[in-house]
Amino acid sequence: MKKFKQLLALSTAALIALSLAACGSSSTDSSSSAESSDSTAEASGNDIFRTLDEIKESGTINIGVFSDKNPFGYVDENGEYQGYDIYFANRIGEDLGVDVNFVSTEAANRIEYLKTGKVDLILANFTVTPERAEEVDFALPYMNVALGVISPEDKVITSLDDWNPDDEMIVISGTTAEPYLTKNYPDMKLQKYDTYANAKNALENGNGAAWTNDNTEVIAFALQNKGYTVGISSLGSLDTIAPAVSKGNTTLLDWLNDEIKSLGEENFFHADYEATLTDTYGAEYEDTLVVEGGVVAGSDEDAAAVETADEPSADDADKEAAEENAAVDTEESSADAEAEETTANE
Amino acid sequence: MQNLGLEVLFKGKNMIRLLGGLWVALKISLISVAISIPLGILLGAMMTWKNPIVKAILRIYLEFIRIMPQMVLLFVFYFETTKAFGWDLSGETASIIVFILWGAAEMSDLVRGAFESIPKHQYESAEALGFTRAQTLTYIIIPQTLRRLLPLSINLITRMIKTTSLVLMIGVVEVLKVAQQIIEANRMTSPNAAFGVYLTIFIMYFLACWPISMLARYLEKKWR
Repeated sequence: MKKFKQLLALSTAALIALSLAACGSSSTDSSSSAESSDSTAEASGNDIFRTLDEIKESGTINIGVFSDKNPFGYVDENGEYQGYDIYFANRIGEDLGVDVNFVSTEAANRIEYLKTGKVDLILANFTVTPERAEEVDFALPYMNVALGVISPEDKVITSLDDWNPDDEMIVISGTTAEPYLTKNYPDMKLQKYDTYANAKNALENGNGAAWTNDNTEVIAFALQNKGYTVGISSLGSLDTIAPAVSKGNTTLLDWLNDEIKSLGEENFFHADYEATLTDTYGAEYEDTLVVEGGVVAGSDEDAAAVETADEPSADDADKEAAEENAAVDTEESSADAEAEETTANE
Repeated sequence: MQNLGLEVLFKGKNMIRLLGGLWVALKISLISVAISIPLGILLGAMMTWKNPIVKAILRIYLEFIRIMPQMVLLFVFYFETTKAFGWDLSGETASIIVFILWGAAEMSDLVRGAFESIPKHQYESAEALGFTRAQTLTYIIIPQTLRRLLPLSINLITRMIKTTSLVLMIGVVEVLKVAQQIIEANRMTSPNAAFGVYLTIFIMYFLACWPISMLARYLEKKWR
């Protein structure tokens, strides 16, 4: 009993000491972070984001990127961020004259990061959609993308129209594939994963019949992994990938748009592609994937619209097409959003 | 034997990065455990009080934390507090707060259960032998409660260590995230790396949790 009491006293003392130490450190943590948030709040009024001048003044820009999405944003064996998005991010830091602080984001939390101002800019393979444009502000695009479907070689899925109702489709939560499939194939069973690595494991383990993801991703995956085929290489609308900033952060947005335009003059994104993507997609996809100077290839109208509007020009074209479609087919006119998606398909 | 892709672990600083990630996970869980266990014991003791208001408040707190998935709590504390109050908590601070709240809630219920499982006759016998209320607690009730509590709290502690794998969702780069980064960075050169890297993580988690189980076994024997 005496021994027990000693042990009890000792462990209680240790626990209290530990908790005090931990309390001490955590309270200093929180007070220091409170101070820093106070100072940012003072500087920027009530806004949650930091303006261009505040970023320059602080000497660091916080950029949210993927850390496990080779070759767009990943971390190499020395702990350094690498990839197409990172190449651009580093250039942004250089031209702003600030250091770049990379923040590891997931597909599902990119918008939250911007809405809370925890990053200044998202460069995480972020596809422009009308829904997202309501929550964040997109700058000019720097890449093209559509959806693609990859499946095992012995059971290739070439069309989603004759989908076996018992099969499940793998998607990553928060990517464009999820809302697209939910809208256009409401009966399809989806298997949702939070991270890219988990979705990949699921396909490899045969948990789902196929995986819908950006076509760049599935093309690269099929090239690198034997036994998988891209049955559908272009599904849905041709979307663009663009940097995103917090809603209303016009100073940073305007700077970014000017930056992207001036980078177009030196063919920066082609150089970026050659440095980071050629190994994965081969040189033949360079002109298909790269958007230079914010101008989506093959449309002069778009180029003109881009000059004046902040909103990505592709959206306007989509909306016009959708309206036409709705006018022709009155039964479908109530489902604006659906019409938009299906026209985009064509 | 099939290639497990273990070679990616020896590329550059990968092993040190994995260990660094493990340290992040352990730091979050151990700080949370150190605070939430004593806090949980205190709250658990309060739950046995007769005061209905205290009881009701603790009950609501417990149910709230128990029903909410930890992922939701992490998002609430990391993102929503910034929106609502302008707190700019770091990912690690937010995780520690969530884990403390969660650990304390679960611990309090374990403590309440352990206290209430002591039969009434133990109190009555102590009273019959002339023990005061304080003596009854220190010499009879608390030692028995602690023994019942030990396996339960070890279970909770190891669960807290393992649940740190969720904090990657709020930007904390811990061991699992580092593993995914390594697998992805090498997906062209070592497509099999996933298995080897996950196996390594399994061993790391095991080595982190095993000493705790050993300590519990030792204490259980010692206190018998």
